[in-house]
Amino acid sequence: MDSIEVNNLTKKFGGFTAVNNVSFKVKRGEIFGFLGANGAGKTTTIKMLCGILTPSSGDALVAGFSVKDQPDMVKRNIGYMSQKFSLYNDLTVSENIEFFGGVYGLESKLFLERKKWALEIAGLRGKEKTITGDLPGGIKQRLALGTAVIHKPQIVFLDEPTSGVDPIARRQFWELINQLAQEDITVIVTTHYLEEAEYCNSLILMDSGEIIARGNVFELKNNYLNKTIYEIECEPTLLTLEILEENNIGDEITMYGNTIHVIAPKKDDVELTIRNALSSQNILLKSVKKIQPTLDDVFVHLLESKNET
Amino acid sequence: MKLNKMRAVAKKEFKQLLRDKRLLFVIFFFPILLLVVFGYAINFDVQHVKLAVLDRDHSPESRLLLEKLNATVYFDVVKTLDSPSEIDEAINRKIAQAVMVIPPDFSKNVNTPLKDAKLQFVIDGIDGNTATIIKNYVDTFTELYSARLNAKFLNRLGKVITPTISVTPLFEFNPDLRSTVFLLPGLIAMILIVTASVTVALSFVREKEHGTEEQLRVSSLNSIELIIGKSLPFILVSVINAAMVLLAGYLLFGVAVKGSLLLLALAVLIFVIASTALGILVSVISDSQQVAFQLASLISMLPSLILSGFIFPIESMPKIIQLFTNLTPATFFIKAIRAIILKGVGLQNFWPQLVYLSLFPIILFGLSSAITKRKMDRA
Ligand SMILES: Nc1ncnc2c1ncn2[C@@H]1O[C@H](COP(=O)(O)OP(=O)(O)OP(=O)(O)O)[C@@H](O)[C@H]1O
Ligand SMILES: [Mg+2]
Repeated sequence: MDSIEVNNLTKKFGGFTAVNNVSFKVKRGEIFGFLGANGAGKTTTIKMLCGILTPSSGDALVAGFSVKDQPDMVKRNIGYMSQKFSLYNDLTVSENIEFFGGVYGLESKLFLERKKWALEIAGLRGKEKTITGDLPGGIKQRLALGTAVIHKPQIVFLDEPTSGVDPIARRQFWELINQLAQEDITVIVTTHYLEEAEYCNSLILMDSGEIIARGNVFELKNNYLNKTIYEIECEPTLLTLEILEENNIGDEITMYGNTIHVIAPKKDDVELTIRNALSSQNILLKSVKKIQPTLDDVFVHLLESKNET
Repeated sequence: MKLNKMRAVAKKEFKQLLRDKRLLFVIFFFPILLLVVFGYAINFDVQHVKLAVLDRDHSPESRLLLEKLNATVYFDVVKTLDSPSEIDEAINRKIAQAVMVIPPDFSKNVNTPLKDAKLQFVIDGIDGNTATIIKNYVDTFTELYSARLNAKFLNRLGKVITPTISVTPLFEFNPDLRSTVFLLPGLIAMILIVTASVTVALSFVREKEHGTEEQLRVSSLNSIELIIGKSLPFILVSVINAAMVLLAGYLLFGVAVKGSLLLLALAVLIFVIASTALGILVSVISDSQQVAFQLASLISMLPSLILSGFIFPIESMPKIIQLFTNLTPATFFIKAIRAIILKGVGLQNFWPQLVYLSLFPIILFGLSSAITKRKMDRA
């Protein structure tokens, strides 16, 4: 069963279209990722799906309710952790949990159980009296998640939950998201970090308010790039880059640290061309090999080819 | 509307307030500051009124009168005039604020029992406030003076009476003349409207700034639960504030509430709700705490200072400005609590003020929700 069904959702701010005719479906218990650069329209889409922003046109069914006509019913069935995320820094851990438990109207038995759970997932048992503002970022984010789902919603929206925390905390956070999904909660999560896409069952890539790619990681890597990627290890890299560009080899040439990626159409084998171009020069060529495209490659390619058209 | 949700919001807001030492300081320091400034520093009592005298009697009695008058702190005889034609000039050129004319038959009448001795006063009416005060001084003085004369007559006739009034210092008979008494109701109004609207506006905008507002909007909390829950602690604080100011007014300036405390509490409550609604309107149009603070203090303070009748009597304003005085709830509140505190009269004398006052929250809430709605569709 689909937990969310989005149909031609559009949001205009004056003359500016922030979300343009977006449609997709999210299955129950899925971890669904929104990828996209700053200003792509991720937050705007999420706010419409949460019932706090009215769509300009189109609609979406969230937990079976229309965000356009029944935003209050939608709100009752979801949890939301906003991008600015959203605990009261001047309250203690325990007061924050009590407040959100209170506004969701939890009765006391369920509340105590959920409070215990929220403290547990944030690793804050015994630290209930700590002022929230004094907690490290990663722990605060886990607590924010705990309060956002204190009422056990069937769907939860997380807007850039992992921005600005260290990699270890990010990893722990994703384990938590996994745990929620295992409890059959649908998780919609936005992120800037492409490597986090690997944790998602399904993804959409947004740019300028439009979906430019969708699928799971495997599909994204294979369906959108009809190209081969060559990774060149060499020295000096900059000079290599210049020579390859002068010789117009492949479609795109990108530098990644001390390696260079050349993207070329699948049909022509350019390995020899690369070797020949570099052999006559003063370059130490360590290796040239075909590699699996990364999501980075796919996205760079998609965004560049979109900009060209 | 669910009570327990509202309670959760109120509880949280109260805890935040108790932890916000800076805001608490402002809430409780501001009234004290205003009390001191208006109670002590700004002295609205008029003293040393410049008085010119046209003595057409030139008798020992008239000289005695002048001497007595000059001996008070309230009048300084600055000039002696020689003819009635000089009266206008003395006033117009601001040489004197008032002119006293002692008629030629003054001493004769003073010494004739049962005959009234008349004095004529010409008062500069340009500043209505001061003119009223001078007139009151004059009335009090002449009343007192004639009481003394009466006592003297009776003495001469061989009877001894102890004058009951002359032993008390001059002008204490007319407590309404003391400006602190006049100012206190306005002071309460200003303290309440400023603290309530500023604190409420700040508290709502802070939720916006910190992103917690969005969190509240996705929760199933409706706006009535949110507004009442969030405002409750501030309403409570404001009522405490009002009680404090009244107590201070009594202890420092001897102003006691003549009328019903219950009615006073009712008026305060309606006014505080109106002030809260003003704060909410400000929070709806401001996006940062800084803007909210400035806007709230401006639109709460200025009208209640200038237009409400707090300092400048509404009756002496131009007709068109009088119309504008209806824009601030403080106008109605001040009228109502002056009636309660100073006159001690019953509800029948000021219920229209309370009705007008109750319209403010309704209008302000309506306006706020209309603006919010428009914003939500646009943004
Ligand atoms: N209330 C608004 N009024 C006008 N424009 C808006 C409003 N909210 C967002 N926008 C614009 O819409 C576009 C999409 O914004 P949105 O916040 O959805 O992007 P995002 O993908 O979440 O970006 P980020 O990664 O920075 O969070 C941006 O260009 C933004 O400036
Ligand atoms: Mg965003």
